[in-house]
This record gives sequence, C-alpha cells and structure tokens, in this order.
Amino acid sequence: MRGAPVKSLALHLGLIALLFALQFVLPAYHHGNLARIMVMAAYAMGYNLMFGYTGLLSLGHAMFFAAGMYGMGLSVQYLGLSAGSGFLAGVAAAFALSLGVALLALRTSGVAFMIVTLMFAQALYLAILHFAPWTRGDEGFVIPRAARVFLGLDLADPTIRYGAALTLFALVMLAMLCLVHAREGRVLVAIRENEPRAEMLGYDTWRHKLFAVTASGTISGAAGAAYGLLFGYVGAAFAQVPYSIFPLLWVLLGGAGTLIGPFIGTLFMFYLIDIASGMTDAYMLAVGVALLLLTLFAPRGIMGVIRERWVRWLP
Amino acid sequence: MEFGPHLMLAMLEGLVQASVLTLTALGLSLVFGVMRVVNVAHGEFFMLGAVFSWWITQAVGASPALGFIAALLLAPLLVGLIAALADWLVLRRIEYDPERTIVATIGLLYIIQQLTLMSFGPDARPVPPPFNSRIALPWFEWGEGGLSLYWPWGLSITSYKLFVILAAPAVLAALWLVMARSRLGLVLRATRIDGEIARTFAIPVEKVYALVFGIGAALAALGAVLVVPIQQAHYLMGGDPLLLSFIVVIIGGLGSLRGTVLAAVLIGMSDGIISVFFTPTLAKIIATLLVAMVLVFRPEGLFGERRA
Repeated sequence: MRGAPVKSLALHLGLIALLFALQFVLPAYHHGNLARIMVMAAYAMGYNLMFGYTGLLSLGHAMFFAAGMYGMGLSVQYLGLSAGSGFLAGVAAAFALSLGVALLALRTSGVAFMIVTLMFAQALYLAILHFAPWTRGDEGFVIPRAARVFLGLDLADPTIRYGAALTLFALVMLAMLCLVHAREGRVLVAIRENEPRAEMLGYDTWRHKLFAVTASGTISGAAGAAYGLLFGYVGAAFAQVPYSIFPLLWVLLGGAGTLIGPFIGTLFMFYLIDIASGMTDAYMLAVGVALLLLTLFAPRGIMGVIRERWVRWLP
Repeated sequence: MEFGPHLMLAMLEGLVQASVLTLTALGLSLVFGVMRVVNVAHGEFFMLGAVFSWWITQAVGASPALGFIAALLLAPLLVGLIAALADWLVLRRIEYDPERTIVATIGLLYIIQQLTLMSFGPDARPVPPPFNSRIALPWFEWGEGGLSLYWPWGLSITSYKLFVILAAPAVLAALWLVMARSRLGLVLRATRIDGEIARTFAIPVEKVYALVFGIGAALAALGAVLVVPIQQAHYLMGGDPLLLSFIVVIIGGLGSLRGTVLAAVLIGMSDGIISVFFTPTLAKIIATLLVAMVLVFRPEGLFGERRA
C-alpha cells in the first residue's frame, strides 16, 4: 500500500510529461485537437469527482461549464476585464451556481437528483436564449483576439494555447490526485459505496456531498472559462443537453472513479466523433451506440477494467 | 379580437395541447409506475410515431382519411414493437437498474434520433389531416335585447382539432377499462405494486415489463399521430414532448396515473394559453424552475400521496 501513491504520482506525472512532449511531434490538426481534448478532459475530471467518486449522477453539468464560459465571456465583453480576471469571474460564477444548485438538488437523491439537475441546466440554457440582447442567444459571440492575452501571452497562438490547456489539465489532475489520496477523497468513495454506512460511521455525508458538487461544478466552470478564452468563442450550444451528456459518456468510457479514465474517454470519444462526422451528418449516432454498449457490456469503462484485471493500485 | 373570444381561442388551443400531452405523459407515467425506471427515449418514440405516420400516409397515398386510419392503427403498433424489442435486448439485461437505465435510454435516444435523420432526412414534413373543415364558433354579448350570440371574426376551430380534443378522453377511457376490468390490467397492477410477489404468483414479470414499455411508447406514438396533421414531423421534435411529459409526471406525482392526467390537462392548458399571451421562452424558464422546485420540496408531486 505504501508504494501506491508514489507509483500513481509517477504515472500521472508521466502522462503530463508525455502530453508536453507530444506537442513537438504532432501535426497541426491533431495539435489543435489535443488542446481541445485536454480542456474537455479537465471538464470530465470535474464531472468524475461527482459521478465517479461520490456516486452522484448529474444530467445537467453543462450549466456549470456554461456558467464558467459565460461568466468569463460576459465580463470580458461588457465589463472590459482582462483575460486573467475574466477567467476568475467565470470560475466564481460556476462556484456560486454549483453551490446554489447543490443546496437545492442535494435534498433529493437517485432519479429525482438527475431530473432536478437536468431541469436546472435547461432553465439556464433557456435563460441564455432569453437574454439574447446580451448573450446573442444561439449564435453566441466571439471573444476578440485583443482580449485573449494573459500575462503578455497571446492565447490564440497554437503553441501557447496548447501550453495553457496542458497547464489547466495538469493542475486539475494533480489537485484530483491529492484529493483522492486525502481523507476527503476516501470519505467520498465511502459515500458512493454505501451512504447509510458512511453516515453511521459519523460522517456528515451531506456536507461532504455539498463539497463534491461544488468542487465538481467549479472545476467544470474553470474548464468552460478556459475553453472560451482559448478558442475565442462563447455560445449557447455549450449549455445544451449534449454537453451534459458528453462528460458522462467520457467518464463512463474511460472508467468512472479512475483518475486517468476521463482523459482516455475524452480522447477516444473525440476521435470517434471526429471520424463519424467525416462520414455522416448523423455523427451523434456514435454517441448513442457507445452509451448503449458501455452500459450493457462495460459499465466500468476502459481504465476500470484495467484496474480490475491488472493494476490494482490505480487511483 | 376582444379579450373573451381571444381567451376562448387560447383555451381551445390549450385543450388540443392537453389531449396530446395526456397520452404522451401517460405512457411515461405507466412505465415509471410499473417498472420504476425513467425512459429518457420517450420523446423519440413520440417522434417515431409522427415519422411513421408520414410514411404510412405516403404509402397509402390516395385519400388522406384512409392514410390517417392506417397510421392511427399501424404507427403505435410499430413503435410499441420497437420499444418492446429495445426493452428485451437492453433494459432486461441491465436488470432495470434505475441509473443505468437512464444512461441506456439516453443512448437509445441518440440512436433513434440519428437513424431517423439518416433515413427521413432533416426536413420537416407535413401530414394532411383526414378532414379539416373550419367551424366558426359563436360568442355572446349583452346587447340591448339581452343575451345575443354573434360570430366574431377569427374565432373558429377546425373539425380535426375538435377530433383530437375528443380522441384523448376516448383513449383514456379505454385504457382505464383495461387497467380496472381486464385480466391484463390485474397483472399490470400486481406487478406495479410488488414485482417480487407478482413473480411468485407465476406472473412472467419480464414479459410484463416488455409489454408495458411497448404500451408506454405506443401511447406516445398515438399522441404523435394525432398531432402530426397540426404540427409537422421532424427528427428533432421529440425534445419538447419529453420535457413536458417529465414536468407532467413530476407534478402529477411519480407513477400516479390519475395525477398524471390531472397534471397533463393543467400543464397542457396553461402551456397553450401562456404561449398565446406571453413570450414562450420566459414561460418555459419559469415552468422549468417551478418543476425543479416541486421535485426538491415536494417529491411526491402536487397530486401524489405522501409515502411513508
């Protein structure tokens, strides 16, 4: 047991180093894709904290992603904030929203919890449409290139964009690594496995769940804010149902409750959709088939199976 | 138009909405009541009903009335079979686990929707109504000679819409008869109350589940066949009925059929009336938030009974 944290630290640092090295060999197209995937994987890791580690299935995570994105976008656009403070504004918006949603939604559980999160996300999406004079509704708006400069670095430049995405990804991954090895992470897993028992052992499960939802929502919001900054676009599509389903799918595919799983899942699914959309307009078919096959045959996902069979110490 | 006739018109539109919504939501509620699972693909079965209806009327060709009757009979049957098959192949294998069922039916949703996009195409297509004469409606006013009737301009309903308003109660009555009086209804109610005990009484629970899933989807398809001469068939049309059915089933109390009908009429009417007088987006935002609050603070629904 003693060696496990060291091994897992080495594994995850290794992944980050590999991603750092990859940018020098990848052709431009895949270079850009990987930057996107890393930001989305940060989103998936945020989702995983709630779904994979705490056992709370949300069907409305797009609202946190969108809160971060619009918190950043609107404050940069209308308050003239710089990229850095705009990012913080987005994270703050996601934090406030996830705290509010958690306080209400955690009064329910199971299926009701899923539907409540779905409803809240739908309300936020409709609100974005309703306030179209500011948000430009479905069309969205572009963050001007001049506003996408952070500490003198132009975030629109592919190399810097890749570096920024990798930094976000690495920070979230290391924070998650600390969390799952800390007491808090173990309590969350205990709640996932058997909530009444965790409660009987003296844990205030409600407070721990509140932490999980808020932290998960805030990380998702950070990913949303970063996505808006790095790719220069803020749009209502990111608040819609598919963007709540995607993180669920990524996490399920990669392996819920594993640290690397969300990244693996995002990577696979991103390229699967990329290939499918090259063949047909109905590329969401790939999403449907993947969801169905996963629930039927591999509910633990790729890394879940690997952990079960070979690498027991995987966090 | 004056306020009175305008309100009357809005209420008639609301009744049409309510009829279709009652059938659709009842399907969702039946599935939840008996199987204790939420079918996220319910809206897609609704959409399939509309698309099949278009196909069948096209195939029959000749007269819209004949095509409509064929669609009314065949489309729900086909959709019901597809749903029962999906239940048998997928839901039975994951043992109706509530959370995994939601994920699986989300998968089903995208598969059905995208296959429709590939075969039916992205266009909205109209289905001709079987009959469509305009019926002018009278309104009353207090004139010099007391109460008098007159026909305000624009206050009218088509005979087809009137048919939809009357069709829903007829289906409802038939369903109630089956549930309350037949042997099949007895089996359904027994499974609904306790699946385990039903199994010990030699009720083939898995077959009952497949049947219920099929009937639930068929009800949605029936609603769609009725609405498609008014609305057009489109591969993305399943979203709104799904959301509204969710709202209805939650307000009515999860699994309570009587509550579902009451709530469907309430929501359908107010949706129809609100969309005549207000901007739809704001109304939807308020409705969605209110429903979420109902689920948070009164999870048994407004009409449901509080369970111990």
